[in-house]
Formats: sequence, structure tokens, C-alpha cells
Amino acid sequence: MTIAEKTTEAPAVPLLPENGLILGTGGANSLAALEEAIIASETDLVTVALRRIEAAGPGLLPMLERLKVRILPNTAGCFTAGDAIKTAQMAREAFETNLIKLEVIGDERTLLPDGVELLRAAEALVVDGFTVLPYTTDDPILARRLADAGCAAVMPAGSPIGSGLGISNPHHIELIRQNVDVPVVLDAGIGTASDAALAMELGCDAVLVASAITRADTPAAMATAMRHAVAAGRLARQAGRIPRRFHAIASTSDEGIPVW
Amino acid sequence: MRVGVVGGGIIGLAVGAELLRRGADVTVYDPAPDGTGGAWHVAAGMLAPGGESVFEFPQLERLLRASNELWPEFAAGLGDVGYDDAGTLGVALTADDVAEMAREWKHQKLSPLTGSQLRDREPALSPRIRAGAYSPAERQVDPRRVVRSLRRQLNGRIRQRAVDDVSALDDETIVVAAGCGTADLTGLPIRPVKGQVLRLRGEPGLLTHVLDGAADGRHVYLVPRADGEVVVGATQEERTDHQPTAGGVHDLLRAALDLVPGLAEHELTEITVGHRPGTPDNAPIIGHVKDNVFVAAGHHRNGVLLTPITARLVADLVLTGTADPIIDDFTPGRFGCA
Repeated sequence: MTIAEKTTEAPAVPLLPENGLILGTGGANSLAALEEAIIASETDLVTVALRRIEAAGPGLLPMLERLKVRILPNTAGCFTAGDAIKTAQMAREAFETNLIKLEVIGDERTLLPDGVELLRAAEALVVDGFTVLPYTTDDPILARRLADAGCAAVMPAGSPIGSGLGISNPHHIELIRQNVDVPVVLDAGIGTASDAALAMELGCDAVLVASAITRADTPAAMATAMRHAVAAGRLARQAGRIPRRFHAIASTSDEGIPVW
Repeated sequence: MRVGVVGGGIIGLAVGAELLRRGADVTVYDPAPDGTGGAWHVAAGMLAPGGESVFEFPQLERLLRASNELWPEFAAGLGDVGYDDAGTLGVALTADDVAEMAREWKHQKLSPLTGSQLRDREPALSPRIRAGAYSPAERQVDPRRVVRSLRRQLNGRIRQRAVDDVSALDDETIVVAAGCGTADLTGLPIRPVKGQVLRLRGEPGLLTHVLDGAADGRHVYLVPRADGEVVVGATQEERTDHQPTAGGVHDLLRAALDLVPGLAEHELTEITVGHRPGTPDNAPIIGHVKDNVFVAAGHHRNGVLLTPITARLVADLVLTGTADPIIDDFTPGRFGCA
């Protein structure tokens, strides 16, 4: 291929939505409420559990097609590496995409990731040509191992799925940000808009929100709040926050004040 | 007037019976000899106008409440169909369950009850249950007995016939009440939403109230009949298959036994799978489609509860051309299809 041919290629779609907000589709009370929330979020990427829906089924998928959002299939409900690999392969066939949000759950009570199985599955899927986005714990070392294995991003949990507890260890999220050179997506645990803003202030490239929006009293309004929060957190990060101090410092200094 | 009703489920039969009562010449078409293909055969028969999270759609809640008020008279016209007004106890096992259920109780303005107060009313409840609420307006009926009674009223007017195209019928007026099958007949956005439901049987009297509970994050309802049957429902899955699954049955039984340990001794008599006819906004589609075709379908989780008001609204619309304005929020036109 010549250089000229290369430059005429259509630019690849960026992995993450430009506005930094990914939506989960589980938990919505109705399809109409979910549709309003997706529109309000202005995202172009939503995650769908292959295990929970039928790829050719009515309802959700025709709606997502109509909204022209990309589908990020996930392996929710898988408890072993083998199970997750098989589910990812089925998702690739069903949705015709190499993207996979890899979830390997450790137990039903916490729904936290099983790091050992996760790494095994991630390694296998990268070799198999997938673009792997693993849902991981907030362990900076595991995150680095996943990035080293060739994952396209890492998605640490702020706190357990659906708990709405926010980011239980912000320092670890910052460490992950420093430890990996792939995008970091805060996944799971967001309860309200300030949690999403904090994730972006800590240096995340995007956040994934599901229950906090779909199970809110008014999902579309919460989706709007999340969109603003992500934008605010990202801007605050770029703007550069002031250092924390132990004692006060007057915002108007004494310097230059005339004395008489 | 000759009216053909396509679909012999609970909605189609009730519409047919109401039209017949008002003097129409009614024929009901259904492919199954006993009409058991419908969601009513699986449904537990909870009449819960406030219990199914209707935060976002106050008009639907109004319709549910209006139909709930029609039920006593509607049931009286059917004979003994297991209509029971003991009411519903909402119950929650863990602190997380209490927080979740309390959203609904607050919405319905119900006062909370302690575990002991709940067990005073319903002694078989687990001592682990932390909190609950009593909802006297949420009652129950046995949908299978309702359908039997409606079929008797329509004796000789139910024809076993599969209708693939409404234009093949020569009735003057057509009412499509074909549940999930309505999508193919009308193009309306109705999709099947799979539900697994269990039936247990034991000594009558273990439970007297309907229970609507959460146990460790699992939602379940238990509907006890006077004869000792307890209906346990239901999963809600975006799937079209008819298979009961180990996980679905496990989740239902686990939650049921967590809330009422004594159910462990009951016989497991039925595992059924049905499909609720769901619409994008979870509300039914009732109204005029085009020409001589009307629709009454897409009742999702509320088909049994909405049966009396649907029958009345459709009969009014078909026979007089107008109906109570409450119908205006549920027309096919809201999906841009008519």
C-alpha cells in the first residue's frame, strides 16, 4: 500500500465516545425510558450483555440501531475464563464487532472481577484478535498486567456493580492512571453525578454508567446530569487544580496594596 | 353489528364478552382449542396498580387504578374466580432490600411495618425479614378461572382458527387482541418479554396475603390461593424462547424460601414460561388502528389488572365511536403507526 492510498482511508472510529460517557443498558424500566436516557447522554457507545438478550431479538437492538450507537458487547454473567472466551466469540458473531467488554465475575454477592480468570481470558482474546476492554478491580498492578497483555483499555471498578457507592479508593484510580498508557474507564459503582466528575478529575478517559441512570427515578434527567459531570470533571482535570494546603491562603494577597 | 375479536386470551375474551353483553354479534378467533397460548395462563393474577414501578408514566398509573376500581364489579359478574381482597404485604429481607423496596412504598405513600408487625399479619414470614408495608388496594384473582368463566359466557362464539391477516375476516369490525401476535397483524411495536413462573401446592392457609418481596436483591411475588396453591413469579427476560432455566427457577425458589421458609415442604407442581406482550413504554395500546380495525394489546405485566377497563373502553369505542378520554394516552398513534 502506498502512502497516498493510506491517507485516503476513512479515519478509524475512536475507541471511546468523544464525550467520555458510556452507557449500560441493564436495569431500565422500559425501552422508552432507556431510549430517552441514551439520547440525553449523547453517547455513541452502549454496552449490551449477550447473555441477557437475544442478538436477533426484538426491542433493544432495533432501537440501538435506530439511534446509531455502537454496541460494546459484554460478557456479564461469566464466572470462568473459558466461559467468558466462548461468550466473547459468540458476541463477535452476533454483533459483528471485535470490541468486547470482558467481565469475569468472582462471586454473585459482590459481582467483583476475578483477577486471575480475567487475565487468562484477556490474554487469549487479545491473541484471537479482539479489542479487549476488561472490567477489573482497582488494583494498579493487575491493571498494568492487563494493559501489558494487550488490552485496549482498562476498566477499574469504583465500587461493586449496582452499589452506587462511588469511588471507594480514589488513590488507586490515580495510580492506575499513572501505571498504564491505555485509556482508563471508570466502570461500576457510580451512584450520582459527582462520582462521575471525580473519576474524570482523577484522570480517567471515560466513565461507564448503567444502574445510576437506568434505575434513577427519571433516567433521562440523570443521563443529562452525568454528561455534564463528565464534561466538568474532564475540564477541571485539564484546567489544573490548586494544591491542597493545611492552612488558609487569602485569595486576594496583600502585595501591591498602597500603604498610607 | 358483527365483530370479530382476534385472540382468545384474557383481553380478547373480556372484550368479546362485553360486546356480546351489549348486543353485538361476536366471534372470537384463537388458534389454541383452550386458548392456553396466552400470557394469562402463566400469570399469577396480582392486581397491583402501584407495585410495578410506574414512576415515569403517571397516566399509566391512573389507568391501572381506574381498572382496579372496576375489578370488584367485574369479578362479581364472573362468579367465583378467586377474587380476594386480603391485600398485599411488601416485604424486604436485607438492608439493601429495604432501601430498594422503600422507594416503591414511599411512592405509594404506604406506612412502613416492622418485622414483628408483619409476622402478626402473616405468621409464616421469615423472622429475618426486616421491614415491609401493607397495601390494601393490591388484590388478586385467578386468571385461569377468569378465562374459564369468560369462555362460558362466549359459549359457541369462540372459533378455533389462526388468523394471519385481518383482511381475511369478513366481520364488519375487527378487534385485534392477539397479545404478542399483534405485532405481525398490525405492525405495532409489541415484543415478547419472557417470564418464568412456578406453582407450588401445600396445605391451604400457610399464607393469606399476596407477598411482593425482595430477598437479597432478588425480586419475587407470592400469590396464595384459597386451595393451597402458591404462585411464585416471575423472571423478566428479553427473550423469545420457551425454555425454563435452572437459574430462573433457582432465583425464584431461593427468594421464595428466604421469605417464607415453610414453602420448602410444598410440592412443586408447575414450571411455566410465558411471554408478556411488551411495548416500548410498557403501557397498553388501545384504540383505532385503521378502517374497521381496532386494537387492544401490549398490556405487558398488567394484562389481568387492565382487563375490565380495556373491555369497557374497546366496547365503547367500537359501538359508539368514542370512549372515555383516559384512552387518549394509549392510542396506537403514539408510536406513529396509525
